[in-house]
Amino acid sequence: MEEKIKKATRHTNQNEGLIFEKSSPGKRAFELPPLDVPKVDAAKSLGAQHRSAGVEGFPEVSEIEVIRHFTRLSTWNYAIDLGMYPLGSCTMKYNPRVNEFVARLDGIATEHPYQPQELSQGCLKILQLLEKCLLEITGMDAITLQPAAGAQGELTGLLLIRAYLEKQGNARKTVLIPDSAHGTNPATAVIAGYRVENIKSESHGQIDVDKLRDLVTDDVAALMITNPSTLGIFEERIPEIAQILHAQGALLYMDGANMNALTGVTRPGDLGVDVMHLNLHKTFSTPHGGGGPGAGPVAMKKILEPFRPVPILVERQGGKLALEQVRPDSIGKVRAFGGNFGVLVRALAYILAYGPGVRQATEDAVLNANYIRKRLEGVFDLPYSLPSMHEVVFSDAIQKRSGVNTTDIAKRLIDYGFHPYTTAFPLIVPGALMIEPTESESKEECDLFIEAMKSIAQEAATAPELVKTAPRTTRVRRLDEVGAARKPVLRWKSMAKTKAAD
Amino acid sequence: MRYLPKSPAERQEMLAAIGAKSIEELFESIPYKFRLRNALNLPGPLSEAEVIQYFKDRAAENSLGYSSFLGAGVYQHLRSVITDTILLRGEFLTSYTPYQAEITQGTLQAIFEFQTLMCQLTGQEVANASMYDGATATTEAVLMAERLTGRTRVLVARSVHPEYREVLQTYAKNSGLHLEEIRYTQSGTVDTAAIQGALKNDVAAVVLQSPNFFGVLETLPEIADAAHAAGALLVVAIAEGVSLGAVRPPCEADIVALEAQSFGLPPSYGGPFAGVIASRDKYVRQMPGRLAGQTTDGEGRRGFVLTLATREQHIRREKATSNICTNQALCALAATVHLTLLGKEGLREMAEQNMAKAQFALDELQKIPGVKRAFDGPFFNEFTLAFPRSVRLINGELLKEKIAGPLVLGTPYPELTKHGLVCVTETTSRAEIERFAAAVKAILSKPLQTT
Repeated sequence: MEEKIKKATRHTNQNEGLIFEKSSPGKRAFELPPLDVPKVDAAKSLGAQHRSAGVEGFPEVSEIEVIRHFTRLSTWNYAIDLGMYPLGSCTMKYNPRVNEFVARLDGIATEHPYQPQELSQGCLKILQLLEKCLLEITGMDAITLQPAAGAQGELTGLLLIRAYLEKQGNARKTVLIPDSAHGTNPATAVIAGYRVENIKSESHGQIDVDKLRDLVTDDVAALMITNPSTLGIFEERIPEIAQILHAQGALLYMDGANMNALTGVTRPGDLGVDVMHLNLHKTFSTPHGGGGPGAGPVAMKKILEPFRPVPILVERQGGKLALEQVRPDSIGKVRAFGGNFGVLVRALAYILAYGPGVRQATEDAVLNANYIRKRLEGVFDLPYSLPSMHEVVFSDAIQKRSGVNTTDIAKRLIDYGFHPYTTAFPLIVPGALMIEPTESESKEECDLFIEAMKSIAQEAATAPELVKTAPRTTRVRRLDEVGAARKPVLRWKSMAKTKAAD
Repeated sequence: MRYLPKSPAERQEMLAAIGAKSIEELFESIPYKFRLRNALNLPGPLSEAEVIQYFKDRAAENSLGYSSFLGAGVYQHLRSVITDTILLRGEFLTSYTPYQAEITQGTLQAIFEFQTLMCQLTGQEVANASMYDGATATTEAVLMAERLTGRTRVLVARSVHPEYREVLQTYAKNSGLHLEEIRYTQSGTVDTAAIQGALKNDVAAVVLQSPNFFGVLETLPEIADAAHAAGALLVVAIAEGVSLGAVRPPCEADIVALEAQSFGLPPSYGGPFAGVIASRDKYVRQMPGRLAGQTTDGEGRRGFVLTLATREQHIRREKATSNICTNQALCALAATVHLTLLGKEGLREMAEQNMAKAQFALDELQKIPGVKRAFDGPFFNEFTLAFPRSVRLINGELLKEKIAGPLVLGTPYPELTKHGLVCVTETTSRAEIERFAAAVKAILSKPLQTT
């Protein structure tokens, strides 16, 4: 099989143990400048009950060992920088390096959140410009940049809704969530103090508008909708959905995880959405970094503005910017110090690089998804046939006949030099293959992916064992996840200690 | 556009393959009247050089060239160039959450090492792969205590960071938690007697911070005993991690909520940082956030996976322990690299330098007539000073000397008028401390201007 794989070749990489296993007392990788004030006796100034002689078990290694250790570990990772990362719903696009450069500048990375506002005008201008850009992109009236991630953005959005409804006299009890939604939606609604009612999608994977009309009572606070849905399909009746909610005094929340399909083409604010979050680590290219940091700004209509988390950025007469800490109706703070500023810097750098041309990124993302869909239709089952936007969801129904499921296909993709697509999500598609190429893939990379998927489909039919035992070329094979959960080993312990404990 | 890898001809070829006449056709599921006809009104496009210039211009409008004595939950510490060298490797920077373990062993092993380092630092048995920051970690620790005890009253020391308490309040409002504030004493530590008085069998947790917001170390054993006797859990927040190089870890705590910013992460105007929750093995199934665990593959090789996922939102949805999804993996990696570089001796030495510098600064400042330390409890690298006049006014004058002075405490603590919080780390030179003290002395020796 190997000669037919164009994208990847096996190559040697280094073995490496845990850093603790390399430790030997007396080795050092870091030296401080000499102390220029009198030493203090730590035991005396802290008191014996507070004093520690140093952290037990901490590694003691040299600088070259640190460099080699982490460099070796890095070579065991797949990354966008290595190739296509078609994880549906995750928008794994190119992370421009200039964003990293500007976020690390002296005068940006060095700034303290409590420094006087006279010394923070540069930071505040960055925040102000990003606010303006995101409002233009979403078509909303007001925004908060504070939430640290998408899930925290969702919580902020629901707390805004709750505060608004409370002000009207009744916070209401229920939040409606489609069965195709991300898991964070229901988890968030519970933290915001709401009961979750799931809505089943209709046969085309859209919100069942007639059923929704029955469900929206004066007890419903909001509907949380993802648009395009997690099937990659635009909810065509969203303006009508908004009307149904508004007629009952409920609000429409939009999960902006899939904004990469809409940016520059349409605006949620125009569609009737009242409040939404954006994932800057998806649509706006800030790096995922192995799982964060992200940022989840929340944009909203005017009615929700008074409830925004403090501090609020304001422009004073003469153009000076300031942060205001007191707003009587504010929901409070969701994160200390105003948010993940370094992530916001990167997102603004991304927007500035594109300018109005950001629409081209959206168009290319949708073009890639549709190209892949067209060329893999028939090879893989397409459970919902409505037009795709930025991602396409197939199922493993055809391959299941020879005992091969979506996870097997995903693992086999690894041997072909690709990161797997998203498996087993959305929940409404059994055996889902959720593919989101993003705009960052060339035609050539898309073609290699299509070829790999076709080749795997053929293997599934003719040599299913090959697929079911994949990956075969990685450092480690499929790992024992059941064992890991049954008897969790969540930290390293020195051999001496482990033996004594046994 | 330089980020987009397609030529016009390739776009046409792909459209033809799809069978679409124009790109517009692919957007037809969006109702026509909602499709934008005009380009968005955004600045740009900017070339790379212009992007850099824009941010350099903004940087020049900030605090470059000023000395700072601000801490209060965000600390300026030495960082090795090695940390960013590792962080900027695309294999770490541009990788996703390690769900596909076979091709993310690098991230997974680094998380496992991070969890180990956090356990060693905090004196706890298990630590998660990170939370957003110290404030949300503290909040999640309280929610965890609520699940573990089934109780809803929470005693929170007033000496806990005001912003941590504000975030806790935001989350608590709708989770049925009742927060009660516990006052502090003359020494700047939480009032132990007040805790003992308030502890009943309906208390889920006692929440402290050490060193606390005033810089003073809390004494934990007695409070831990009282909490445990009432069936409550002790939650200890740590905002300044470097203290753990010299200060005994909070072993008595049931849950530790740590802010890891001090470990290789720049202040960055407030984030991104990384929070951590560390606790007892027996509580692991109620922990929020991701966990990496050790396991083996079919051939017996050691490997790592994300584990105990049945606690999490993508599996449990509305029954999850938390709604957290994305955490702060890259920040946690920064902390892992940084702490590995420092090692046992480096961290100890850094901690002791902080203590020496802070003590020196305190001595210099207390030589000024009318300036004295407000609390007498042991401190690490921050201390609270009482001044003879408004700190806001003093700070206004200090700005003229290019010094960002102490944090004004009067806003979060109206009872502490004329009080300021001073932070001194290993990055502050003796000369800067002396210049600061001399400036404060000169300001206070001038008569108060009434305007």
